Amino acid sequence: MTAALVQLTAAQAGARVRARELDPRELFEAYRQRAATDELNAFTWVAEAPAAAGPSPADAPLGGVPVAVKDLFCTEGVPSQAGSRILEGYRPPYSATVVERLTRAGAPLLGKTNQDEFAMGSSTENSGFGPARNPWDRARVPGGSSGGSAAAVAAGLAPWAIGTDTGGSIRQPAALCGVVGFKPTYGACSRYGMIAFASSLDQAGPLTRDVTDAALLFGQMVGRDPRDSTSLKFPEPVRLPHADSLRGFRLGIPEELTGTEGGVEPGVRDAFDRSLELAEKLGAAIEPCRLPHAPHALSAYYLIAPAEASANLARFDGVRYGLRVDGEADLLTMYSRTRAAGFGLEVKRRIMLGTYALSSGYYEAYYGTAQKVRTRIAQDLHAVFERFDLIATPTSPWTAFELGAKLDDPLQMYLNDFCTVPMSLAGIPAISIPCGLSDGLPVGFQLAGPAFSENRLFEAAFALERAIGYDGSPARG
Amino acid sequence: MTEARPVVEGANHTVAAADGYEPVIGLEIHVQLSTRTKMFCGCEIRFGERPNTHTCPVCLGLPGALPVVNERAVIFAAMIGLAFGSDVARRSLFHRKNYFYPDSPKGYQISQYDEPLCRGGRLGDVRIHRVHLEEDAAKLEHISASGRIHGSERSVVDFNRCGTPLVEIVTEPDLRTPEQAREWLTLLRATLRALGVSDVDMSQGSLRVDANVSVRRAGSRELGTKTELKNMNSFRFLERGLRAEIDRQLGVVRAGLTVEQETLHFDPASGRLTTLRSKEEAHDYRYFPEPDLMPLEVGDELLQAARSAIPELPAQRAARFEHDLGLSAGRARELAFRGELGDYFERVVAAADAAPAPELANWIPLLVERIGSDTDPAGSRVAPEGLAALAAMVSRRELSRDAARTVLSRMVEIGGDPSSLAEREGLLALPGGDGQLAELVERAIAQDPGAAEQVRANNMKAIGPLVGYVMRETKGRADGGEVRRLILERLAPH
Repeated sequence: MTAALVQLTAAQAGARVRARELDPRELFEAYRQRAATDELNAFTWVAEAPAAAGPSPADAPLGGVPVAVKDLFCTEGVPSQAGSRILEGYRPPYSATVVERLTRAGAPLLGKTNQDEFAMGSSTENSGFGPARNPWDRARVPGGSSGGSAAAVAAGLAPWAIGTDTGGSIRQPAALCGVVGFKPTYGACSRYGMIAFASSLDQAGPLTRDVTDAALLFGQMVGRDPRDSTSLKFPEPVRLPHADSLRGFRLGIPEELTGTEGGVEPGVRDAFDRSLELAEKLGAAIEPCRLPHAPHALSAYYLIAPAEASANLARFDGVRYGLRVDGEADLLTMYSRTRAAGFGLEVKRRIMLGTYALSSGYYEAYYGTAQKVRTRIAQDLHAVFERFDLIATPTSPWTAFELGAKLDDPLQMYLNDFCTVPMSLAGIPAISIPCGLSDGLPVGFQLAGPAFSENRLFEAAFALERAIGYDGSPARG
Repeated sequence: MTEARPVVEGANHTVAAADGYEPVIGLEIHVQLSTRTKMFCGCEIRFGERPNTHTCPVCLGLPGALPVVNERAVIFAAMIGLAFGSDVARRSLFHRKNYFYPDSPKGYQISQYDEPLCRGGRLGDVRIHRVHLEEDAAKLEHISASGRIHGSERSVVDFNRCGTPLVEIVTEPDLRTPEQAREWLTLLRATLRALGVSDVDMSQGSLRVDANVSVRRAGSRELGTKTELKNMNSFRFLERGLRAEIDRQLGVVRAGLTVEQETLHFDPASGRLTTLRSKEEAHDYRYFPEPDLMPLEVGDELLQAARSAIPELPAQRAARFEHDLGLSAGRARELAFRGELGDYFERVVAAADAAPAPELANWIPLLVERIGSDTDPAGSRVAPEGLAALAAMVSRRELSRDAARTVLSRMVEIGGDPSSLAEREGLLALPGGDGQLAELVERAIAQDPGAAEQVRANNMKAIGPLVGYVMRETKGRADGGEVRRLILERLAPH
């Protein structure tokens, strides 16, 4: 029975609960047991039972289907550590708006998922609580930073999950684990209660088994939040997709993000090309396009994000919460010992980078120039969307790599985000769907559209997903 | 913290620019706004309550919390800008000012940097450079006998104050003397108080003043190297601190040396200046635009709300007192710059039918002298109608000036109306025409013929003893002017 239960997509399970055909407690318990015996290190904390506060599942839009939540979302009374030792055991006094909304919509908290520390990384190896594993091959990484969420959904340890995406942190692990990952338009979901990495880029989104689940979960996450000044009112209702063709869709293929010279592995390129052929068969008009500034996106991103992070992480100082290592009766040694012990290597690297980029005398050359590049990239995309409805790229240049393979080479690690960062800088929505395998490992196909084009994006992804016929059922794990 | 090192002993002699140097002073003033809630969260602003009882995830800098701008604070800041005639920007930016200290829970202060809310303007004879919004820090308490950080065992933080809206007002370097700086600050305080945007109490820290000080050759258009004098917490200390620093700088330049750029602290107890930071130790705050906030947009509606909330301001009131009511410039400022005195004075004017306003105005300082300078006369026993009646009696010569002062003292003590008080105390004036005064004048002349002779010889100084005799005899009830007139009429008839 349990095995059959976890074969259901979240939408299917929720529909059965709402039709009174499935006991939501049974559903929760089935997943709770799987999450509690997780061998992928995908979870950092698992709930004992659904929180008492939620609505009656059978009457709630999400039908009591439990959700796994990335560690960096604040959850009241529940460890929220952002993958960092500096927040080990930290239990916040409040919950993130997005988590609150999902709870109210009938998705109880199943557990907290592993991640790269403060979302800095593309493999979940930077977690302060040990790396998560890829269910397709446990010697390989699940991607990151939302690697725990992606692995949990792929392995059927959770029906669905939420993560955050700053430069690709939802889409890339979704691609490497063979699940759907969606980064919304910047501002669509409240950031209140998300432990910040880079405020102008961070955005919450779903990781799910299929596009329908992504649209269903996203529909309960969106909306203006008076506690987040950068959040926006979503201009239309979020609809569940039904398209069975791509007629009328003009699909642009940016040369700068798809060529093998950009580092895209041949196997990934093959799977991507096969999906493009399917899209064409479905009626899409496909043409190459140019994003001339896209090759500079990574450089700009690795200045802007660390700059913001260097300020966002200043609050972890040992004074009010989290780790504190006493100094020698003075403030400065307490600060430096606490932060030396609490932060991992990559976090320290980015704090240093960001601090340097903002320093007097360097600000214009680094941060100022990076902001100009960001504007150019947004302009490039804007221009492309005058001719195309959506653009498509591989999500990641490669499939899941072995643990440790890129750990000693930060620049190689940063290249993971090559195809996903331009959309982040422009604040536009993008979705990654599984589009087949390369050497037995999942490949992700990324679709992106203009701001607030979520409904169009879901329709196109849904039609393509059905044509690809990828089996998203959690046979592994 | 940098170890404080003494720079100079405070000297008491006054600033002299006789050898051709002049001081140049600019001020940076922090004002806590008296909004109900904090700058970026909904916590109520309360002082003197149990520590850390008015806090939330936002003002504690908890992970994941985000700021939301308090619109009321924006209106207050715009009111201040409008009162100065500043340009209020339709779009301004918040920045992060990064520094590590336990009073800063986020590790940065949200402030405005190169695109402030207000630019330009003027208050009195001082130009305003800019006015911007920011948030206050938490309060540190050092646990030791002295309460100072040096030698304290540990420090604790109270976040009740953290996130209180602050407005920073920066002047152009238009002030030249410590006295002028003090008087200008009095005008600023009165203006902010009239606007109702702050308690502006220096002792409570709702008004904090830093000063930039330099000296230069008089007539030079270039500015000398400036030092920054931090956080002087009373008007008197500000004046003394400025004087000490100007003296120090004059000493340096007169010795042929150059002033070093540094930040100084003035200790009012010892009168000493100590270095807080040298130029090399200056912070790099790594300002960058606050990504958690949208640009601050000021629409017509908000601007209109700010504009319509501005009452008559002290400078305008002083001008009205001077030009419409005929007060001297000094008296007009004295009354207008202390709003409660101005209010009381206007009620006296409204109650009076005959006495001219300058005459009425002269009674306010006499009243203040008797009730204490910290007391609002509206709360005293002397009703504005009573003071108006008293002034009227004097101008009708029913009461001498001296007697009126005595009556005023009685009014302050027991209240009541001046004419019955004067009558009860036997202080009513002796009318000049009924012969009683004339008789006393005769007696005065008779008992001091020498003085009388000199008056006849046009030596007017000699009239003093004669008038004095009459005043003594009448216990001050006689009108001195009338007595003088009668003596002259008797001795030097024209």
